[in-house]
Amino acid sequence: MNTPRKAVALISGGLDSMLAAKVMLEQGIHVEGINFFTGFCVEGHTHAIRNKDQEKKEKKRNNALWTAEQLGIKLHIIDIIEPYKDVVLNPKHGYGANLNPCLDCKIFMVREAHKWMNENNFDFIITGEVVGQRPKSQRKETMPIVQKESGIQDLLLRPLCAHNLPETLPEREDWVNREKLLDFHGRNRKPQMALAKDFGFKDYAQPAGGCCFLTDANYSSKLQDMWNHRPSRDYTLDDIILLKVGRHIRPRENFKLIVARDAGETRYLGGYKKQFKHLIMRSHSGPLTLIEGDELSIEDIQLAAAIAARYGQGRDTDEVEFEYADPQNDGYQFSVKPLPADEVKPVWLV
Amino acid sequence: MSSKHDQITELDARNLMCPLPVIRAQDRIKTMHSGELLNVICSDPGALNDIPAWCRINGHRVISTLHDDYNIEVLVEVG
Repeated sequence: MNTPRKAVALISGGLDSMLAAKVMLEQGIHVEGINFFTGFCVEGHTHAIRNKDQEKKEKKRNNALWTAEQLGIKLHIIDIIEPYKDVVLNPKHGYGANLNPCLDCKIFMVREAHKWMNENNFDFIITGEVVGQRPKSQRKETMPIVQKESGIQDLLLRPLCAHNLPETLPEREDWVNREKLLDFHGRNRKPQMALAKDFGFKDYAQPAGGCCFLTDANYSSKLQDMWNHRPSRDYTLDDIILLKVGRHIRPRENFKLIVARDAGETRYLGGYKKQFKHLIMRSHSGPLTLIEGDELSIEDIQLAAAIAARYGQGRDTDEVEFEYADPQNDGYQFSVKPLPADEVKPVWLV
Repeated sequence: MSSKHDQITELDARNLMCPLPVIRAQDRIKTMHSGELLNVICSDPGALNDIPAWCRINGHRVISTLHDDYNIEVLVEVG
């Protein structure tokens, strides 16, 4: 009996990669999943910092792990935060509608998966890509670019749309039966949903909004603002996670506030007190506010507090007392009058 | 309990958001042997689901989980 061929499946946690892996498993291929963590991944747990999300009835889960468990395959999660920076900062093929370098991202991930494939003696890579579907990396003209620039060439098989693409080596060598592959194309999701039903998958992650924060206009706006106000566009994991948390308000060029939106975010931002100047509301119940910026004047801190006071229980009072803390210097307590709602300029909201 | 169980390797994954605690546990387990114990200490409640899920699909066994107001601990026996 021949040893089954081994495929590495790029598992995002969405339906398409789940189906692609299942199509291969049905052909007797040994499949293991690989999932890349870029730091920009849309994770249920990032949202779950907030109270409203913690109160949701459904269990928090990592969709890639959940998908692997449904398929009965191993999943390897790879931390690519550091090498991925070059993809975000210098995308050869540019950005999409927001700061999403989708084509460069796919090339990078396939290249990394190719390395993993060689190191672990696998035979080929599969993805859940469908020609003509969003994003840019799944256009008919860009799919060959991914194969060429990642170096994987014809060892990349896309089972869901293989009939619309040239034969790959796994098909030519009869490792897989091309006849049993599919011809999906375009943005219509009905074929995927029908196939999911055929396979008995009743629950799967909805792909709306994608799996990456860089495709989100609000998130991209905050990232661009961060880049605009720093000497370098380099970033840390903390930087990009903090862009997912709180209200970001920049009333002056030299500083930005991150105001927690609920107790869950206040708890989370509390973990950054040793790194950031911050304001704690003392006279009333209210959110923790981090201040990102240097060379703050007393007027800057008072404006920051007046804005932060708007988001606490004392917003309609004449005076709210704050403690200002600075990890590098002594803090102090002071009071401010909350800024009236109509004086918080919309342009300040990042 | 075998002598292998006398030593528990501790992994501090506090202040990391999922899936980083899973990745750290995965990378540590790669360096360990079958039957050895790893205790992962986390602060993200998501780890309570994710580390056991990762263990189930990769052939490791969760021996116990603890959750108090501050931390989560997941004790794993390497498969």
